Amino acid sequence: MSTSETQYLEGKASEDYKHGFYTDIDAETAPDGLTEDVVRYIAHRKDEPEWLLEWRLKAFRHARDRIDGGETIDWAHLDYEAPKFDEISYFSAPKETASYDSIDEVPDEILETFERLGIPLEEQKALTGVAVDAVMDSVSVATTFKEKLKEKGVIFKSFGEAAKEHPEIVREYMGTVVPYTDNLYAAINSAVFSDGSFVYVPEGVTCPMELSTYFRINEAGTGQFERTLIVAEPGAYVSYLEGCTAPMRKENQLHAAVVELVAHEDAEIKYSTIQNWYPGDPDTGEGGVYNLVTKRGLCKGDNSKISWTQLETGSAVTQKYPSVILAGDDSVGEFYSVAFTKGHQQADTGTKMQHIGKNTKSTIISKGISADVADNSYRGQVKVSKNADNARNFSQCDSMLLGPDCGAHTYPYIESNNPSAQIEHEATTSKVGEDQMFYCHQRGLGEEEALKLIVNGFCQEVLQELPMEFAVEAKELLDIELEGSVG
Amino acid sequence: MALLEIENLHVGVEDEDIRILNGVDLTLDTGALHAIMGPNGSGKSTLASVLAGREEYEVLEGSIRYDGEDLLELEPEERAEAGVFLAFQYPVELPGVSMTNFLKEAVNSVREARGQEELSSTEFLQQMRERADMLGLDADLTKRSVNEGFSGGEKKRNEIFQLAMLEPRLAILDETDSGLDIDALQSVANGVNKLRDGSRGFLVITHYERILQYIVPDRIHVMMDGQIARSGDKDLAETLEEHGYEWIREEVAAAA
Repeated sequence: MSTSETQYLEGKASEDYKHGFYTDIDAETAPDGLTEDVVRYIAHRKDEPEWLLEWRLKAFRHARDRIDGGETIDWAHLDYEAPKFDEISYFSAPKETASYDSIDEVPDEILETFERLGIPLEEQKALTGVAVDAVMDSVSVATTFKEKLKEKGVIFKSFGEAAKEHPEIVREYMGTVVPYTDNLYAAINSAVFSDGSFVYVPEGVTCPMELSTYFRINEAGTGQFERTLIVAEPGAYVSYLEGCTAPMRKENQLHAAVVELVAHEDAEIKYSTIQNWYPGDPDTGEGGVYNLVTKRGLCKGDNSKISWTQLETGSAVTQKYPSVILAGDDSVGEFYSVAFTKGHQQADTGTKMQHIGKNTKSTIISKGISADVADNSYRGQVKVSKNADNARNFSQCDSMLLGPDCGAHTYPYIESNNPSAQIEHEATTSKVGEDQMFYCHQRGLGEEEALKLIVNGFCQEVLQELPMEFAVEAKELLDIELEGSVG
Repeated sequence: MALLEIENLHVGVEDEDIRILNGVDLTLDTGALHAIMGPNGSGKSTLASVLAGREEYEVLEGSIRYDGEDLLELEPEERAEAGVFLAFQYPVELPGVSMTNFLKEAVNSVREARGQEELSSTEFLQQMRERADMLGLDADLTKRSVNEGFSGGEKKRNEIFQLAMLEPRLAILDETDSGLDIDALQSVANGVNKLRDGSRGFLVITHYERILQYIVPDRIHVMMDGQIARSGDKDLAETLEEHGYEWIREEVAAAA
């Protein structure tokens, strides 16, 4: 690679984090550390039913045992200091309590924050049929489009509200896809989860709009532990968008969410994520968000389908494997991912497709892009059980390197216990070629335009899976990530 | 008026002690089409690359004036904006980048540099359809990713299609005819002839006399060892076809 090109590709990362500002809202914060008192404090603050507190406490004891046992997660291709679990505050809520009847009651500061993020909540009402359940820190502050959803019988609420108003549904499904014993972070989340979203789509209903939630981490040293549960009854369809940005903070911020999806017979859930949290200082890597998330979907009924699409551009450390358990016959699982790391960012992400039902099918398309000294790993598992006749999987994992000092790794795990399974895995690693750049230059495109075009093309297979309005945002975000100090 | 004036051009490979061009002189007028022939390794493609601004080559001596300006001062994309177009010998693939997207960016970038308004999507798509029709190009090609999975012939025709879209003032065709069957060759030649409307100059680099039966050049230059060893009119091609290049080498040696 020629010198100027290398300089350019290296220089691109120097841009400042665009969403690094901090909203000045009084917050009440729980004392640091993971204790039974803190768990009780959270449950009390949120005025939760007794059954939920008990569930939290069971999870708490499990989490505490694992922490006290000195558990570490060292199998991932990540190098960072494990969070000090007793120095973290596990709950904070905006002081002016949540649940506003109308958008007029939401404090101006919060609305301004969303405006600066380019998410004018007020306009959302008039816009493309996206209902927004805005999560500022841990408590839901505004929900729109309630009426239209109500008509169809779709429930779209904060997790806290749902636990109070629809306890029978929440209790039936909560923890069935990701039990609190699943992993350390899932255990912590189950003990101290702050809030999140709950979606329920009744039988035969196609949700009339894309459901969208914007998360934001806002308090210094506060971990945010959302919990999302989506249930699609037989024949239902829902598309859910999760978009994230966080303000610039000095301390590492732990973000350990749990997302559970349940699709019954003939139901389909499409879950899309854009994650753009503060990645830390580009030169030292200090101060970024730790994004350690457990996301899993259960294709419970025959002929059901769950599809994960993600664009991961933020966080200092990302570790997440949105997975699908293909229990129903003829069920379909999909995973489309773009992970972009630059500066000192590290990502170890991928998926797990567990084929249990007959004629189940899964597709994995993963695109990793690394710049500067960033490290980007794909880790994926395809597992075919003994009775999963005619299971089929196709995996494609492509990596692109934008400089000489970054890394890309692929760790595919394949386990087949049924001879009729068809599993295909393809992997490529490429550098943005000087030839490709020159070809673009010769057609009149400058460094930045050329690089944007090539990277966007590389990600096209994944971006096209995003809902239209999200795809535009995703392309914009990738462009911003690629902008730098060109000559 | 001279569109392109190359004087005493000496070129080596960056950071290496290799010389490829050893004093090339060539003048091309607007509206003219010159063919550059010569054996393998004589420096034809290097000349094309230097004109387009490829960085791995280093100009050691001499000058290139384009439209009266110093071409060597310009970055590759500035040259493209100024109207220099290279039809690549080996067009690269840009996976996932649609032809439509790529060309729209390119056309608008070039238009902006020339002080023209950006084309609207409708205008652009219409222009794309017209030019594809003119070249007998399958419209499906424009929906695919740039050169991805294209056959050899499709890639070459796609270069000519881009030429038609970008409307350059200087078009350099680097062995566009190589590897083409007779149908594809005729189709490429037809395209070039349609674009030969007097408003631009062409340099057609080729190994074979064959394409010059369809694209009749105003001048033919024969390159050998990094120099233009002989120039002549279109009849020179037939002589080369019959007798090869060796007699020129002998003549040059005898003259030296």
